[in-house]
Amino acid sequence: MAATSENERKTLNIKSKREGSGTVGAPKNIVYNTKDLNLWYGEGHALKNINLEIYENEVTAIIGPSGCGKSTYIKTLNRMVEMVPTVRISGEILYRNRNILDKNFKVEDLRTRVGMVFQKPNPFPKSIYENIAYGPKIHGIRSKKVLDEIVEKSLRGAAIWDEVKDRLNQNAYGLSGGQQQRLCIARCLAIEPDVILMDEPTSALDPISTLKVEELVQELKNDFSIIIVTHNMQQAARISDKTAFFLNGEVVEYEDTDIIFSNPSDKRTEDYITGRFG
Amino acid sequence: MKYVDAQQVQKKMASRLLANNVAKGLFLLATLFGLVVLVILIYRVVAQSIGWLDADFLMNKLSTAPERAGIMGAIMGTLWLMLVVAPVTMILGVGTAIYLEEYAKKGKLQSFIQTNISNLAGVPSVVFGILGLTVFVRALDLGSVVLAGGLTMALLVLPVVVVASQEAIRAVPQFLREASYGMGATKWQTIKNVVLPASIPGILTGVILALSRAIGETAPLVVIGIPALLIPLPEGILDRFTILPVQIYYWTIDSALVAEYANLAAATIVVLLIVLFLMNSIAIIIRNKFQKRY
Ligand SMILES: Nc1ncnc2c1ncn2[C@@H]1O[C@H](COP(=O)(O)OP(=O)(O)O)[C@@H](O)[C@H]1O
Ligand SMILES: [Mg+2]
Repeated sequence: MAATSENERKTLNIKSKREGSGTVGAPKNIVYNTKDLNLWYGEGHALKNINLEIYENEVTAIIGPSGCGKSTYIKTLNRMVEMVPTVRISGEILYRNRNILDKNFKVEDLRTRVGMVFQKPNPFPKSIYENIAYGPKIHGIRSKKVLDEIVEKSLRGAAIWDEVKDRLNQNAYGLSGGQQQRLCIARCLAIEPDVILMDEPTSALDPISTLKVEELVQELKNDFSIIIVTHNMQQAARISDKTAFFLNGEVVEYEDTDIIFSNPSDKRTEDYITGRFG
Repeated sequence: MKYVDAQQVQKKMASRLLANNVAKGLFLLATLFGLVVLVILIYRVVAQSIGWLDADFLMNKLSTAPERAGIMGAIMGTLWLMLVVAPVTMILGVGTAIYLEEYAKKGKLQSFIQTNISNLAGVPSVVFGILGLTVFVRALDLGSVVLAGGLTMALLVLPVVVVASQEAIRAVPQFLREASYGMGATKWQTIKNVVLPASIPGILTGVILALSRAIGETAPLVVIGIPALLIPLPEGILDRFTILPVQIYYWTIDSALVAEYANLAAATIVVLLIVLFLMNSIAIIIRNKFQKRY
């Protein structure tokens, strides 16, 4: 059963992708423009001359073997990487044409527009309701009525409302791993971001939960720009519009997902996607 | 040929098993030693207190006449002292712990402070008494009142609270902080809404243990000048006071003059032990109940 519906979905996606992101039509807006980005952890050169343009309302996948800098790059996009004290960064990352690496750019402001979903579901040890209301409260929303609305809208947005609507006041730790991850996505939606960063959001989940999150990502891209790290190549192929292949801190190839997976121009990309290393 | 010769093994077997049993016996003895001493101590104290520890003893004020003397003053003094020590150590101790764990850059200064907090824990309590006498009693001219004693004791137990709070804060998983920062929360919002709620049980445990240390200490308060015979009950933090261990100390010294004072001291020890036992139990219950489930 699951297999059939998955196949159907795949065909559908491919079709819609062909229609949606062809080269014809109006050019898409750029959300993130990374220019000559270099990053070091102490002496370790983790990102080397990254240049990437990431587009609005698309799913951009970042693939590559472990340790190639995927997490580092995505955490640079919301400056979470600066929590590591030894980090040094050079270059520019323009988010909506403003350089986020400029010291005047407040990280709090950036992270309100750019939400993040982590590898391991990380709900707070609070109620489901409080988890979702956390972000809005942080940003000063106090009205119970408004918070109620945000909570419902976010949970619906993350396709988990029906599963939790009768137990909003129960601790989020009572949910299954897959539910927790969708809760974390809902929590992220509650700050009404522009971009959602996801760092291997399904790597800790079972196949069915993974499928649910993937479907969700497909829906979310209508309203958000999504950048997703994955080292599951089938996942990248299934859900993304563009794919960047990272290797040893460099971008080897960045292209439409269809092209990357059907006709890569770099030998290393081909080796990687055909499973010859990684 | 085989290196492990069955015959040789057989020959050595008996002595090996003997040594095994001897070792076990020695360690058991070491354990029992402490236990036996404790039982004897408690037995003696309890036996001495029988007939003296009753409701009157708890409710009466101090008196030179053994049959009329009670420890209401020392009980009230102990409570008032806790009322000063608890908030002061909470604020200073938790504040220090938050600074060291969440704000301070890991480096020379941070490890210097950290080392000195450990050093502070090793300073003999009488030295804190001298500090309290010089600074609070004399320089600030507070006199030997609850506030002076409480501040002295707060400094004495501060390291306990700092270290316990640091451990509690460090035990809060990094991924919870990341979740909060990731939504645009400031550091303070993250500390207030995520870190502190998750570490409160550990912090409370530390504060209770610190309090139980504070109300069991004698030397610093004797040094800052707690009177041996104080009859009026303290009614505020600016009143003179005494606490249970100090009362025990004076009665024990004076039992050379009045033999019954030894019984009063024993009865007070029983009360103090019960109080400390209860506080430690509460600390353990809190710790176990909230032991983390991440
Ligand atoms: N906190 C850190 N301190 C030092 N080096 C790090 C740190 N985090 C990651 N690195 C190094 O940076 C490189 C890229 O890591 P990462 O971005 O986590 O890779 P990926 O997510 O692709 O597996 C690796 O070589 C890793 O060892
Ligand atoms: Mg990673």
